[in-house]
Amino acid sequence: MKSNDVILQTATKFVLFIILAFSVYMFFNGHHEPGGGFIGGLMTASALVLLLLAYDIEMVRNILPVDFKLVTAAGLLTAVGTGLGSFLFGVPFLSQTFDYFTFPVLGELELATALLFDVGVYLVVIGVTLTIIQTIGEDQ
Amino acid sequence: MLTALHIAIVAPFIAAVFVPFLYKKLPKIHTGWFVLTIPAILFVYFLQYLPVTSSKQTVTAVWDWIPSLGIHFTAHVDGLGLLFALLITGIGMLVVLYSIYYLSKEREALNNFYTFLLMFMGAMLGVVLSDNLIVLYTFWEITSLSSFLLISYWYEREKSRYGALKSMLITVMGGFSMLVGFVMLYAMTGTFSIQEIIASAGDITSHDLFIPAMLTILLGAFTKSAQFPFHIWLPDAMEAPTPVSAYLHSATMVKAGIYLVARLSPVFAFSGEWMWIVAGFGIVTLFWGSFSAVQQTDLKGILAFSTVSQLGMILSMLGVGAAAIHFDSMDDNLYIGATTAAIFHLINHATFKGSLFMMAGIVDHETGTRDIRRLGGLMTVMPITFTIAVIGSFSMAGLPPFNGFLSKEMFFTAMVDITSFQAFNMDSFGVLFPVVAWVASIFTFIYSMMLVFKTFTGKMQPEKLDVKPHEAPFGMLLSPIILVSLVIVFGFFPNILAYTVIEPAMASILPSLLGEGEQFYVDIYFWHGWTIELYMTMGVIGIGTLLYLSLRKWVAVYDVFPSSLTLNHIYDQTVAGVEKVSSQLTGAYMTSSIRHYLLYIFSFFVVALVFVLFNKDAFSVDGATAPISVYEGVLAAVLVTTALVVMFTRSRLKAIIGLGVLGYTIALFFVIFRAPDLALTQLIIETVSVALFLLCFYHLPQISRKLENMRFRAGNFIVSLAVGLTVTLIGISANSSRLFESIAGFFPEASYDEAGGKNMVNVILVDFRGFDTLLEILVLAIAAAGIFTMIKLRLAGRNDL
Amino acid sequence: MEILMSILAGVLFMAGTYMVLSRSFIRIIIGTSIISHGAHVLLLTMAGLKTGAPPLLGLEAGTYSDPLPQALILTAIVISFGVTSFFMVLGYRAYKETGTDDTDRLRGTDSYD
Repeated sequence: MKSNDVILQTATKFVLFIILAFSVYMFFNGHHEPGGGFIGGLMTASALVLLLLAYDIEMVRNILPVDFKLVTAAGLLTAVGTGLGSFLFGVPFLSQTFDYFTFPVLGELELATALLFDVGVYLVVIGVTLTIIQTIGEDQ
Repeated sequence: MLTALHIAIVAPFIAAVFVPFLYKKLPKIHTGWFVLTIPAILFVYFLQYLPVTSSKQTVTAVWDWIPSLGIHFTAHVDGLGLLFALLITGIGMLVVLYSIYYLSKEREALNNFYTFLLMFMGAMLGVVLSDNLIVLYTFWEITSLSSFLLISYWYEREKSRYGALKSMLITVMGGFSMLVGFVMLYAMTGTFSIQEIIASAGDITSHDLFIPAMLTILLGAFTKSAQFPFHIWLPDAMEAPTPVSAYLHSATMVKAGIYLVARLSPVFAFSGEWMWIVAGFGIVTLFWGSFSAVQQTDLKGILAFSTVSQLGMILSMLGVGAAAIHFDSMDDNLYIGATTAAIFHLINHATFKGSLFMMAGIVDHETGTRDIRRLGGLMTVMPITFTIAVIGSFSMAGLPPFNGFLSKEMFFTAMVDITSFQAFNMDSFGVLFPVVAWVASIFTFIYSMMLVFKTFTGKMQPEKLDVKPHEAPFGMLLSPIILVSLVIVFGFFPNILAYTVIEPAMASILPSLLGEGEQFYVDIYFWHGWTIELYMTMGVIGIGTLLYLSLRKWVAVYDVFPSSLTLNHIYDQTVAGVEKVSSQLTGAYMTSSIRHYLLYIFSFFVVALVFVLFNKDAFSVDGATAPISVYEGVLAAVLVTTALVVMFTRSRLKAIIGLGVLGYTIALFFVIFRAPDLALTQLIIETVSVALFLLCFYHLPQISRKLENMRFRAGNFIVSLAVGLTVTLIGISANSSRLFESIAGFFPEASYDEAGGKNMVNVILVDFRGFDTLLEILVLAIAAAGIFTMIKLRLAGRNDL
Repeated sequence: MEILMSILAGVLFMAGTYMVLSRSFIRIIIGTSIISHGAHVLLLTMAGLKTGAPPLLGLEAGTYSDPLPQALILTAIVISFGVTSFFMVLGYRAYKETGTDDTDRLRGTDSYD
């Protein structure tokens, strides 16, 4: 799929990073504000889809030499891993906990194990979406 | 609690798991040697219980399985159960030993054989040692299943598959009927425990379900024990390897039905129907089995019909023994003897029939045939096998001094005594019993003689044999030698069984006769004096010998029956008919058209839901509703318009863009309905989906209209309109009726305190319902893997599609 | 509002069912997608609409709308995306292999031999 739409490509260069930055914000903010693994992941994925649409697959592959199937697998492992982690503390599968920590610059922050689980979700969503789009795109 | 007893029952199952590994990893050693240890250990283990049951104790161990339904794996060891457990493990041990020499480790799939055999052994132990009817039923069906697998062991043979299927269909049908009977028993007594049912047996005799329960349970027992007219599966089951025939189809599995009858006698025996049905079917089977056996030419065929006949004999004795329950005590109770005879013959049958089957296997193994027309004169080349055959057959024929003589005498006693029973027309019609029994015994005598003399005497016909016959190796002879030794030992010293095994087993079958501290006294002896039984035996020998010698002259009697009226023919016709009807019926609705299937689903959806909605009077519109603003009205109008456009457009592009519009409109509704997470997700998903659709559909054809005529579309429209209306009705009434308090209040309180999150939706996703989310992303990953596979990994042979 | 939304869900179901029953594979896929939209709307409606603030504790509102159906729908949206993509590729591959997207012509024979 060759594309050389100059306007789209130029716009993509700017917008891409805004979307990516926003998606990361959405992801981390998910525990308290709208957002989270699904939304963050989908947003990141949509940024990459935009890149795919504006440029071609080869180019995206050069920029991001990542096998998205592995990203999916890594996400699944992370999610299952946080679940299994509960066993180390003798609590049921997928029990989550949280606590507050004080950091030098950032001040007091809440850290929850649920966030680790959400990382898994985030990675799976990105991996799945891009695997699908990439495979279909490459076939044509 | 899990006890050693439970472990003993499941031990064969556990061992079965390791059999394939042993077979693969240690191909040098015959797998049977490993398997042999299981029945050997279990046999010794169960022997320990002999002193317990001899002193009239029972052992019960409970292990909860489905406590909410009252289903517990209750292992109950009493005299009857222990007798069977010893038979199963003892004969099992000998059969495994025999199979080591019978089945070649180079040619046969031993892993399958021993896995199935152990599976059977465990299931059979489960049947006889479970106190819970449902557990018993489960194990019962596993025995049918393992029998099926073992009969079809040489599955490349057409006849093996036919025999396996036949036995499966008949025994599983009976098993299912038995389950119905068990449920009826539960309905009457409120418990699945056999002991508790027996305790309340007196209360249920007049219950409406009493007779149906009895009939359905008996159907299960009769099919399993190959009673006329369900016996037709047993001769075909002889396609199994001989060790299996000796074990399952003569010594143990077919006796499961007898076990069930004996076990439930205390429940049902108060009714005359039980006595008539059990004894009647038994005596008919006894006659028909022995009569048909004479006609057979295959050694195993003779033995199969002989087994059918002997099972009938045991059952008829149990039926007559039921008469004993009508008396309150043991004094002057003639009919106790019948039960004693049944148990004694059960053991005897296992010994002589087991040895005879092994004998038939040896003959087959060493000469290459089991056809008595081709055999003959083997006495000189196979002297040990001949001896085994003589002892086994003479015992079966009821000749002294073997154990078969003793039990046959006791059988005659029982049959003669029943004519004096003063109820249920026994004193008039009962006279049929001794007559039929006597005639059947003559035929038993004839086929027993055929087994020995047609095979081992006369002229040897080497030209009809494929191999040169010679005596079997010692290992193969060992098991039948042990069994015939038992035939002789039990013949001379029957009372070693009387105190240890028979009396406790009788206490299980006839518990109501025993008062506090009482016990049965069984004393079996040879010489009764010049009684009617002895004259009957002499008559059997005399007439039997005459008929055997003149067999050639009257054998034509078997051709009188037209072949189209035989039970086998009826069975074959039924199976063929059922197959035809079911394939027609299936073909009528399984059209392999996706549209038809969807129509079924949607029609069912509409009919079922609308019916329930109005039948239960669930429809209502009085719920509190939120106000509608102009903005929302406009959105709704957009939604409806777009939906209609998508429905009726011809253009592919319009349909896809319309779908996108629908998605975005719904996202806006999510915003209105205070669902920010949903709105965000929906917006992004819709964007990605549209991109995906466009990518894909670029290559797909236009939606063509000429395929679908007006009538087709009108039909679809009616169905879809009905579906839409149903959904609307459900939505309105669901909103209007709140059956119980919503759990919504939990989340605002708990999500910050327990999960440290302020976004409740996200907290639910990652914390409260994290398992759902985990599986959801798994589904996503599977979908992606599927897509990747479909595109990238094409089938090598494209024409296969 | 709930009645209006129930009707909208019904309209979506109707449109989806109509599409699914047609013979063209594309329309079937679009139909399944529309049906899942309908299901989402129906779920949300059943729980009651506009009963409180968005389910975000940071707003410190008096009442919140029920977060549970929202979580369920969120899951459903993502799943239906996966399923729709799968169907789409299935249709696409079937078309590539057989040259038709007419389900009547894609019918198998269902024979075992």
